[in-house]
Amino acid sequence: MVQELGYLKETASQTAGPYVHIGLTPNFAGIGGVYDADLGTAMVNDKTLGQRITVKGRVIDGAGAPLKDALVEIWQADGAGLYNSPSELRGTADPNFTGWGRCPTGAEDGVFTFETVKPGRVPFKDGRKMAPHISFWIVARGINIGLSTRMYFPDEQEANDADPLLNRIEHRHRVATLIASGEAPVYTFDIHLQGERETVFLDI
Amino acid sequence: MSDIANKRPETGAFFPRDRAWHAPAFTPGYKTSVLRSPQKALLSLDGTISEITGPVFGHSMLGELDNDLIHNFAKAGESAIGERIIVHGRVLDERGRPVPGALLEFWQANAGGRYRHKKETYLAPLDPNFGGCGRTITDEHGYYCFRTVKPGPYPWPNGVNDWRPAHIHFSVFGHGFAQRLITQMYFEGDPMIWKCPIVNTIPDRRAVELLIAPLDWGNTIPMDARAYKFDIVLRGRRSTLFENRLEGN
Repeated sequence: MVQELGYLKETASQTAGPYVHIGLTPNFAGIGGVYDADLGTAMVNDKTLGQRITVKGRVIDGAGAPLKDALVEIWQADGAGLYNSPSELRGTADPNFTGWGRCPTGAEDGVFTFETVKPGRVPFKDGRKMAPHISFWIVARGINIGLSTRMYFPDEQEANDADPLLNRIEHRHRVATLIASGEAPVYTFDIHLQGERETVFLDI
Repeated sequence: MSDIANKRPETGAFFPRDRAWHAPAFTPGYKTSVLRSPQKALLSLDGTISEITGPVFGHSMLGELDNDLIHNFAKAGESAIGERIIVHGRVLDERGRPVPGALLEFWQANAGGRYRHKKETYLAPLDPNFGGCGRTITDEHGYYCFRTVKPGPYPWPNGVNDWRPAHIHFSVFGHGFAQRLITQMYFEGDPMIWKCPIVNTIPDRRAVELLIAPLDWGNTIPMDARAYKFDIVLRGRRSTLFENRLEGN
C-alpha cells in the first residue's frame, strides 16, 4: 500500500441537448423577463481598443448540414494580447473588452456571429509568441463533451507558419481547417465535425 | 482551508482530462451523436495562457430571483407548479479545493416534463409560471444553492420508446476556459436513469453515479421543500512552483 493521492474525479460531461438555449441564451429562446440580456452577446463597447472584426461561421455535421441548435463560445486576448482574467499576470487587459462571447447558431441558417477585436499575440509556454488566435468551444445536441478548437487568421501567414500549435499538426493539409477565410474586418470560420475537412479539435 | 490559495490567482495548467471517464464522441445508442462526432484523434495540448485563463462573472450581475425557478418567470403572487425542491452543493476541483466565483447556469423541463422551447413537441402542457432557467455564482467556499420544482421525465425521439429520466442541465465555468463543463444532474431512486441512452453514453458506472443527487433529508425544509445535494468537480490544476513561468516565479 501507498498513500492515497486523494484526487476527485471530474464530473462527467453530458450533452447540452436540444434545449441548451433555455439555459444559456433564454432571451434568444423567447424566454424574456428572467435576465436583462443573454450573457456573452456584447464583447465590445464604444471604448474598446483595437481593430474591430466580425467572426462568423457555421458548425457542419457529417452529412454537410449546418447545425441549427448548437451553441458556440469564444475566448480571446484583447487587442494588445492580454486576457481579461484574474490568471492574467502579465498586465491588465482592456476593461472595455470582455474577451468572452457566446452565440447560438441561427435557427434558420445555422450561422453564428461575433463582433469582437482582433486578438494580439500571446506567448506559448516557452516564451515564443503564438499567432493571433481565438479559442472556440462548441456544444450541441449529439455532442457528448464540448469540442475545443482554435481559429487563426488568414492574413497572418508568417505568424501562423511559426505557431507552436499549428506546427504540431502532423497532417499538414489539416492546418487549413483552423484558419479562417475572408479578410479584415469580416472573417468566416466554418467548423466541420466530420469528413474530409474535419476541423482539428483539441484535447486541452 | 484554502482561502489563502484562492486569493492568489493560479496559473498552472489543468490536469489532463481522463477521456476514458467521459462519454466518447461516437455513441450510436444516442443517434444524434453519429453525424456530430469527430472521427479523428484530438490534438493534445498542455494548457497555454489561452486555456488556463477564463472569464469571471461577478455576483453583482445576478438578479434577486435568478436562483429561484419557482418565481423567476411567474406572475406576481403566483408560483410554478410541481414538487418544490432545493438543489445545493459545492463546486470543487479534482484536488478537492472549492472553486469560488463559479458561474452555474441551469435549465430544465417543468414538472410535467415539458420544456418551454419552440422545438418541443411533447403533449404535456406548459406551466405559464415556469420558464425553466436559472443561474447563480458560488460563494467563497464554492457553495451554491437554488430553488425549483422537480422536473418530470419525458419521451424523446431516438428509439421508439426512449424516455429521459428527470434531470437538470448544468453549465459550469471554473477559473479557466479549459474547465468549461456542461452536464446533467439526476435524482436518487429514479429507475429510468439506467434505461437512458444519453446516460448510457458514459462508459463508467461510477461516473454516472456521481451525476445522481441524493435526497438530503438534513437540509429539507419542513412543510416546504425537499433538498437534493449535488457536488460538481472541475479539473484540477498543477502547482507552478517548479515550472518556468513567463511572469517569473
